[in-house]
Amino acid sequence: MEEFLVSVFKMAVPLLLCSLGTLFSEKAGTVNIGLEGSMLTGALFGVLGSYWTGSPYIGALIAMTSCVVLSLVFAFFTVTIRANQIVMGVAINTIATGLTISLNRIFLTSASVVKVNGFKSIPIPFLNKIPVIGEVLFDQTVPAYFAYILVFLTWFVYSKTDLGLRIRAVGEYPAACDTVGINVARLRYSTLLYGGIMAGLAGAYISTGQLSAFSEGMISGRGFTAYAAVIFGNFTPLGVFRSCMIFAVGMGLQYRLQAMDTPVSYYFWMMLPYIITIVALCMYRKRSNAPKYSGIPYVKG
Amino acid sequence: MAILEMKHVSKYFGKVAANVDVNLSVEQGEVHALLGENGAGKSTLMNILYGLYEQSSGHIYLNGERLKLRNPKDAINKGIGMVHQHFMLVPTLTVIENVVLGMDSNHAILDLKKSAEEFAEMAKNYDMPIDPWAKVSSLSVGQQQRAEILKALYRKASILILDEPTAVLTPQEATALFDVIRRLTAEKLTIILISHKMNEIMAVCNRCTVLRQGRVVATMPVSEIQDASQLAELMVGQQVKLTMDKKPSTPGPCVLKVQNISYKDKHKVSRLNKVSFQIHAGEIVGICGVDGNGQSELVRCITGLIHPSEGQILLGAEDISKEHTSEILKKGVSHIPEDRHKMGMIMDMSINENLILMSFHQKPFSKNKLLNWKWIRSHNEDIVETYNVKTPDIYERAGNLSGGNQQKFVVGRELDRKPALLVAMHPARGLDIGATKFIQQRLLEESERGAAVLLVSTELDEIMELSDRIVVMNSGNVVGIVNQAEATRERLGLMMASEV
Repeated sequence: MEEFLVSVFKMAVPLLLCSLGTLFSEKAGTVNIGLEGSMLTGALFGVLGSYWTGSPYIGALIAMTSCVVLSLVFAFFTVTIRANQIVMGVAINTIATGLTISLNRIFLTSASVVKVNGFKSIPIPFLNKIPVIGEVLFDQTVPAYFAYILVFLTWFVYSKTDLGLRIRAVGEYPAACDTVGINVARLRYSTLLYGGIMAGLAGAYISTGQLSAFSEGMISGRGFTAYAAVIFGNFTPLGVFRSCMIFAVGMGLQYRLQAMDTPVSYYFWMMLPYIITIVALCMYRKRSNAPKYSGIPYVKG
Repeated sequence: MAILEMKHVSKYFGKVAANVDVNLSVEQGEVHALLGENGAGKSTLMNILYGLYEQSSGHIYLNGERLKLRNPKDAINKGIGMVHQHFMLVPTLTVIENVVLGMDSNHAILDLKKSAEEFAEMAKNYDMPIDPWAKVSSLSVGQQQRAEILKALYRKASILILDEPTAVLTPQEATALFDVIRRLTAEKLTIILISHKMNEIMAVCNRCTVLRQGRVVATMPVSEIQDASQLAELMVGQQVKLTMDKKPSTPGPCVLKVQNISYKDKHKVSRLNKVSFQIHAGEIVGICGVDGNGQSELVRCITGLIHPSEGQILLGAEDISKEHTSEILKKGVSHIPEDRHKMGMIMDMSINENLILMSFHQKPFSKNKLLNWKWIRSHNEDIVETYNVKTPDIYERAGNLSGGNQQKFVVGRELDRKPALLVAMHPARGLDIGATKFIQQRLLEESERGAAVLLVSTELDEIMELSDRIVVMNSGNVVGIVNQAEATRERLGLMMASEV
């Protein structure tokens, strides 16, 4: 049981980082399905950074920087040029797939998998001695602690601050924001860049934090799952937290059931998290908090 | 001395002139009306003053100081507030969230409680109480407007621009708004009121400036205005006949007979309750009532968009209550729908395409499933000319036209089919005098031609002037049917408000 919970929380960390990060840009009215590609890029640069410097933290910084560049491209085309956001998202994903394969083969190519320094667990004294939850919650890596704090921080910024109010308003009625002097484009740019930073960190956590290595296509849909968590969470921080945990349980379950010798095919268990995601999205039709101007570029005047 | 002056202001969009050499001077504490037809450049001028557009040439002076407005924030900081025709409130947020949204003085962590107290206090002082914690989407239109005005006042506006504020209000709400305006000017606020309704201008304004085709044609004190037709002439540029001469009708055979129809919506709420009336050829029957008392449902039942749960709708001798819309249209029914943008036209298509929406599958519009564009084009150019639609050509995107011109081509399309029954809902809503009179005249001509006309409107004057008989509706019931000669505003108003 304890082992299962540990794996659930490990699965939850990248989902939380990525979907809480993208919640703001979604709420501000942009649809970024390029998260998958951003996470993949982050995963590669996290490993590369750690490989070059020996420090997974510098690796994470490099991962975040790489994703800022990617988000800047996305934001320029969708906000400034007003290109179709879905098409741009697909483009980012395609670019990221090709880019990571090429760079991986250029820098990390060798017969065996290159192992790099990963994030080390930093147990919190005393708290980690609590039975069951001690190991689950308080014997984690820095990005994992950060992900938990981020739940609270995101909720606070979302509902208590001036910035949060602006973000909630912009996706709902950009023209109204314009008339009270809010720079719609600038706000969308910054939320997209922030989302990119978080996706980069999430990617780095998956590669350096979980496997200490990069393998091609290793994100395998988790970027899309993070995006689905925002929708399933009805665009609220706590809703996103809840749906990330549900998806993480699905992923944790997948590994447990694979390990257990069940008569059901191993491939079926591999499908499980995706099935849970799809079923959740189908059943959940309440979109009361979805921004009205989602995916629609804003034209002034 | 004038508090606000616009000197030689011009604005061009590409080659199109929206404002040409406009001079406007507004005194402190006055209500200054900005008058003109749709497309005369009133809204453009005010958007320049609010920093949404930048003028192509000319200057703006506030208290003698030259203003450079790059965006609305600059205007707000100078004490200029604007209440747009389409409210700029985020419906999912509360009133107080909307009020403080985007203000420079906000702290990073919001103290909404304190703001709400200040706001409620201010609202009380202006006699405009409102719950700061109410969600905007739960407010009535009148309350939303109040929130908009208070939002501007909370930002310390000393000049308030109101863009067609009564267009969306009921008569009672409009009266309440005028009280608010008087109250504000008593507090030394200056108000610029955009309008094309003359009775409003007479009621609250001190001076008025009339715009026509982007230019100022006159500025004068309201006290010097002799009558409505003088203003109308200034706005339109030629004499406008404000009264219709309706000839006494000679009703022919019964065209539409609505018998005891009832309708319940998907929430099982009764929307229509045993409604009966009939329309004869050559007759106009008006349906009057406060918006939302079953008029929409009635029109939808007649045009086949929904089906009544009981009762019959006889077109001639045929029951059409279960028929599909396309069948009903084929039987000679034309429909000018209530919402021009959502039901009357496809904004992103050209006028040419919009004009054949109802008939493209018929000869001679198409042959062997192929559209006969050559014929369609000349046919549509005729319609555009006959119905006086102002457009560069018929390939213009329909959404680019002004409301009046959009409505004209919708009317043109529907009348071109020579209907036996014409169903017109709010045909002149939001239109200026010129377009309104034009469309009303067409309705009269249709009835003289022998069509049966069903006219649904919330404007009592329009109903009383055009209808032979008036059906008064209240909460889905027919309260009574009045002949034109016996109809007075008071009588209809009492019936509209009566308990059922």
